[in-house]
Amino acid sequence: MTVSTDQQTVPSYAGAQAPAADQATGLLIIGASQSGVQLAISLRALGFDDHITLLGDEDHRPYQRPALSKEYLQGKVGSESLIFRTNEYWIDHNITLIKNERIDDIQRDQQHPGAGIAYGRSGATYPYRRLALTVGASPRRLEVAGGNLPGVVYLRNADDAIELKALVPEAKDVVVVGGGFIGLEAASSLHELGKNVTVLEHGPKLIGRAVGEQTSQYFLNQHRHRGLDIRLEAQIDEILADDNGDVKAVRLTNGEEVAAQIVLIGIGVVPNTQLADILGLEINNGIVVNAHALASDGNTIVAGDVANMPNPVPGSPTNERIRMESVNNAIEHAKVAAYSLMGRSEEYAGIPWFWSNQADIKLQIAGLSTGFDQTVVRDDTNRGKFSVLYYRDGQIIAADCANAPLDFMAVKQALGKGKNIDPEAAAEVSTMLKTLIA
Amino acid sequence: MSTVHFTDYEGNTTSLDANEGDSVMETAVRNGLEGIVAECGGSLSCATCHVFLDEADADKVPPMSEMEDEMLYGTTEDREDNSRLSCQLKLGADTEVHVTTPETQV
Repeated sequence: MTVSTDQQTVPSYAGAQAPAADQATGLLIIGASQSGVQLAISLRALGFDDHITLLGDEDHRPYQRPALSKEYLQGKVGSESLIFRTNEYWIDHNITLIKNERIDDIQRDQQHPGAGIAYGRSGATYPYRRLALTVGASPRRLEVAGGNLPGVVYLRNADDAIELKALVPEAKDVVVVGGGFIGLEAASSLHELGKNVTVLEHGPKLIGRAVGEQTSQYFLNQHRHRGLDIRLEAQIDEILADDNGDVKAVRLTNGEEVAAQIVLIGIGVVPNTQLADILGLEINNGIVVNAHALASDGNTIVAGDVANMPNPVPGSPTNERIRMESVNNAIEHAKVAAYSLMGRSEEYAGIPWFWSNQADIKLQIAGLSTGFDQTVVRDDTNRGKFSVLYYRDGQIIAADCANAPLDFMAVKQALGKGKNIDPEAAAEVSTMLKTLIA
Repeated sequence: MSTVHFTDYEGNTTSLDANEGDSVMETAVRNGLEGIVAECGGSLSCATCHVFLDEADADKVPPMSEMEDEMLYGTTEDREDNSRLSCQLKLGADTEVHVTTPETQV
């Protein structure tokens, strides 16, 4: 649910035949996202035999997003290779795809708990027996003068990527606002395409929300070395237009103007809670769910980026809640949601992991480093490998690994088995972490 | 048109048509074949598209990179001499390969 438009959409259908207008679908999944797709697939694998409707607001078949800021932007992969499943798959599995439709209102069926009718912007109605929201998040908007000029773009969905890609050939200078994963991935991709790229980060360090100080410093050094112009604690005053009304520069509060024919904003996302609000569900940094992906009404299923859930990491503080933005979470949470719909009460427990490919650096993160009190740095510069291990009370809880998949795999394995890796021994870079799992 | 023959750990074989340039992983996932997870969508980050490649087909696909080699040490089912990550097995025109999928990927 990321495209905001006042135009009337025209939904198109694919996959299995939709139920007749007066018949309800067994499960209406709003959000044809990574999580929505996984939910439908997992339900079929578990034997859910009712009709499923998977509804999305984009005019594309369900696709994978990670490559949009990397391989797709660089033209290394085409749009067809981002598609999740063939059309035959949806037909064979009795799943109707509805594209290019936005749900503006939902009414519950007072007689049948869990059932209701969703109202599409096209005028179509979608009666359902059960409802799942996998509606994700939308890019946080940069509220600044000139923020709506042509050439100021965001990067969340395929249409965003198509728009950005179309601007690339004519542009010489790019300003990326935000030094997080999306910003740095796109900045690296555009730099490799020959653009002059400046990254403006308003905070004191890169990737501040996701990694610790040492990893952040490593990425700053690496990106500067490769030729990105990175400005920390950069505050934007205004985005300036040329005589044609197109973006030409970003002016900072210190008066400096940075030339740009493209300004890409990547300053985080906001969970899409509008429908949850209509349904009266509890909302608190996302839609609040229990360990079985059920919202506060006990009926509506919610999974993925939009869900605020009990922290699924084994050993995490009780009652701690978390909202995670990752492919791994979208998949694993959808699986829990599928069990829940089947009446099975598997709880979500797992080791979260993340990845980000920036230029020739592959960052892999295992676990969550929140609350660490000790770090061990493994800096194997000669071989281009760099890892930071995070500990709490002597127990390993996470690792950031740059071009160090062996370290990543070892830590992920240790966490999954509830084991530890001795911090003193781990400090010796020539020692394989796998041999230290105990 | 190329073809990939997938044999699961119980010995059941599924044969799927593939396009030139597609990987073995993409061919499996798009058709909903169980036995290959591919969480990261082919960016060589997750090691959940592990397959055992028929030795006779080894020369029909690109050789293993150092990164793939390292990732293979993290597969759930232990690697063997013919282990590959199927996202790296790009198919040429009119190629026919045989792979076996492990019992589990995660």
